[in-house]
Amino acid sequence: MGLKLEGYAGSGTFAHGIHPSDHKALSKDAAIRVMPTPDTVVLSLHQNIGGPCEPLVKSRQAVVWGELIGKGSSFVSSTLHASVPGIVQRPMRVTLANGRHMDTLPIKTQGEVPSDRELWDEIFGGDWPTTGLEAYEPALISRDINDGGLVGLGGAAFPTHVKITPSDKKPIHTLIVNGCECEPYLTSDYRLMLEAPAPIITGALLAGRSVGAKRIVIGVEDNKMPAIEVLRKATDGTGIRIAVVKTKYPQGSEKHLIQAVIKRQVPLGGLPSDVGVAMSNVGTMAAVARAVIHKKPLTHRIISVTGGGIAEPSNVLAPIGVSFGELVDFCGGLRPDAARMVAGGPMMGFAFANPNTPVTKGTSGLTVMTRDEVKAGEETACVRCGKCVDVCPMKLVPTKIAMASRHRDISLSRRYNIMACFECGSCAYTCPARIPLVQLIRAGKALVAAAGRS
Amino acid sequence: MTTEKQLNMQDSQVKPIDETRPTAPVIHVSPSPHLAQSTTSTRRMMVDVLVALVPVVAMSLFVFRGYALFQLAVCLGGSLAAELLFVKMRGRPSTLKDFSAIVTGIILAMSLPGTAPWYVGLIAAFVAVGIGKIIFGGLGMNLFNPAMVGRAFVMISFAGALAASGFEDVRSAVDAVSQATPMNAYKMNGVVAPLAHLFWGTTNGSLGETSALACLLGGLYLIVRRTVSWEIPAGLLLAVLVIGGVADLAGPADGWTVLHHILGGSLLFGAFFIATDPVTSPLTPRGKFIFGLGVGMLIMLLRLFSGYPEGVMFAVLLMNAVTPLINRWAIPVPFGEQ
Repeated sequence: MGLKLEGYAGSGTFAHGIHPSDHKALSKDAAIRVMPTPDTVVLSLHQNIGGPCEPLVKSRQAVVWGELIGKGSSFVSSTLHASVPGIVQRPMRVTLANGRHMDTLPIKTQGEVPSDRELWDEIFGGDWPTTGLEAYEPALISRDINDGGLVGLGGAAFPTHVKITPSDKKPIHTLIVNGCECEPYLTSDYRLMLEAPAPIITGALLAGRSVGAKRIVIGVEDNKMPAIEVLRKATDGTGIRIAVVKTKYPQGSEKHLIQAVIKRQVPLGGLPSDVGVAMSNVGTMAAVARAVIHKKPLTHRIISVTGGGIAEPSNVLAPIGVSFGELVDFCGGLRPDAARMVAGGPMMGFAFANPNTPVTKGTSGLTVMTRDEVKAGEETACVRCGKCVDVCPMKLVPTKIAMASRHRDISLSRRYNIMACFECGSCAYTCPARIPLVQLIRAGKALVAAAGRS
Repeated sequence: MTTEKQLNMQDSQVKPIDETRPTAPVIHVSPSPHLAQSTTSTRRMMVDVLVALVPVVAMSLFVFRGYALFQLAVCLGGSLAAELLFVKMRGRPSTLKDFSAIVTGIILAMSLPGTAPWYVGLIAAFVAVGIGKIIFGGLGMNLFNPAMVGRAFVMISFAGALAASGFEDVRSAVDAVSQATPMNAYKMNGVVAPLAHLFWGTTNGSLGETSALACLLGGLYLIVRRTVSWEIPAGLLLAVLVIGGVADLAGPADGWTVLHHILGGSLLFGAFFIATDPVTSPLTPRGKFIFGLGVGMLIMLLRLFSGYPEGVMFAVLLMNAVTPLINRWAIPVPFGEQ
């Protein structure tokens, strides 16, 4: 198959990768439900890649919904807002799902919050203009994005204003909006595209205008045809194109979606801007529209709560800082055979055990796996079958890197380009010997980084 | 709320994950990815090889009758006994269940003449599994193809049994065994076997090598199942085709063509079952192709210029030795630097 999109050189796919069964049927038809406002939220001062933010409020201080409570400490950092109205509690240190211990600002809810349909309308409802956007200055769009505390909602949580900003140094010709959602199980982006295409499109037009992109394209995997139809209708007359790409993991990886759409390779250690591309997730685009048009910050996001271990797999609009345990309760609780809670999808998500762990801006889902699914296979010796080589989307030799890491051989792992690995998990998924390749490589990367510092 | 209760239970009631009927969730953590392909395992790969060996073994039983059965029994028994013994000596848990000793035993038997005495097969099996594999650290750690290590050992130690005459037993009731092997008949007397005989396998030779058809069937199955990579047989056959083709053009027109080279001897058995051993061949597709080319070139070098009628075993062993080097040369260019 080809991309069949005039002006776009990509073939609609990339070399290597894997085809895990997607399990999206669990929640893909579940319309987004609005979660009732929780009694407390716990907001991490570090929601993003880059620097943490500094608190601007003291404990016992009253805040309103959407009030600025934290300010970025550096350029690659983002602002933080109260996701509920209430009273700021004493700061506390919390372990996030990704295992990092972070200072947080808890807020005890007090005061009126729109609920259910009202909240939905407040965030995604109303008219989203597709014309007359010339009134918004490119630099001011970026400022509004920063003021709104936007980070990439696809999972990586990179501060959006760093990407979506006018730049003379690295001119951007194409804005690619990422609607691939290649992680198995997750359906939050899919539901958003189906239920709220308008803010995505307005946000894309604004972001495209800010970076000076001549072309805007939304990349969606071909297992999401209903969303593609909705987007095609909604983008009619806006100049935005839909790139239907092959369903394959990790198609949603920035570098691989660029390869699939415009057939350019982002250099190792480089950024999409090096090949003239800016990329952002569909959910982020909807948040951009809200931040720029309504000057409203990011306080809520859509989270897929799914997996065989969840009673009622759902897509939930929830405030940032809500605990995973409350999300589980809202979705009918855990099934008796639940065995692992994963923040994000099963390929790159983080397993955690404490139900009080708070949701952050980058939390795209909660996948609860059953004990049959996570039964640990017995590790056997590597027979050098090369299946990991055949699937690695970065064209690395995972087993060599993993073994070099296991033997703490930094120079060997460097020779095999260990730092190019982005831990997608395709190798470990495929390995017949059940070697924890990603875990070993991750440890090896830490060794390399430590060696680089000294 | 029951859920909250269930969630809080995890701290106090952590139990092993393999409880038969869960009554409450027990949450464990682990690094990503949290999914694994359930259809692949090392044992499954070994089973694939065994399935692929079925036509080869069947053909050997058909052509060599009791000789094949006898040699299979000796080599299998020897391999399994050696695996048990050597693993025990290393003080490691039993590795019989990875099936690799069975694969080695059958491949070894298929690479020996049915007429070889029992102690030859037994010693070959012990050397193959014990010295060729376990001593190096077991499955995955060996540098050389175990079956070929065993075969090379007995070929040198019991030169008579594995020399051309060792294949023949003129008094035998089994037709094939009463003739010279086609490779040797050609090398010594210039007698060219009909291609059809080489294709179907009704000639003398090592047990598994005679039928090109059986080797092709098994080999194609392994490639379709992606248990072996096509690059190794492709590189090997390409090298043989090119060198054999040049030899056809340059050499005497004695009727032994490149097709005889491909269908005769253990070339196809070696291309699909021996050279493709993942442990002792390179990791990357490019490395595998280079490896295949090297094996093919060495086979032709030995066949055309050495005193031996056949060269597959030595060619594979020599290329096994340079596999680490090939791996070093064939580090793939990562995505983003192409």
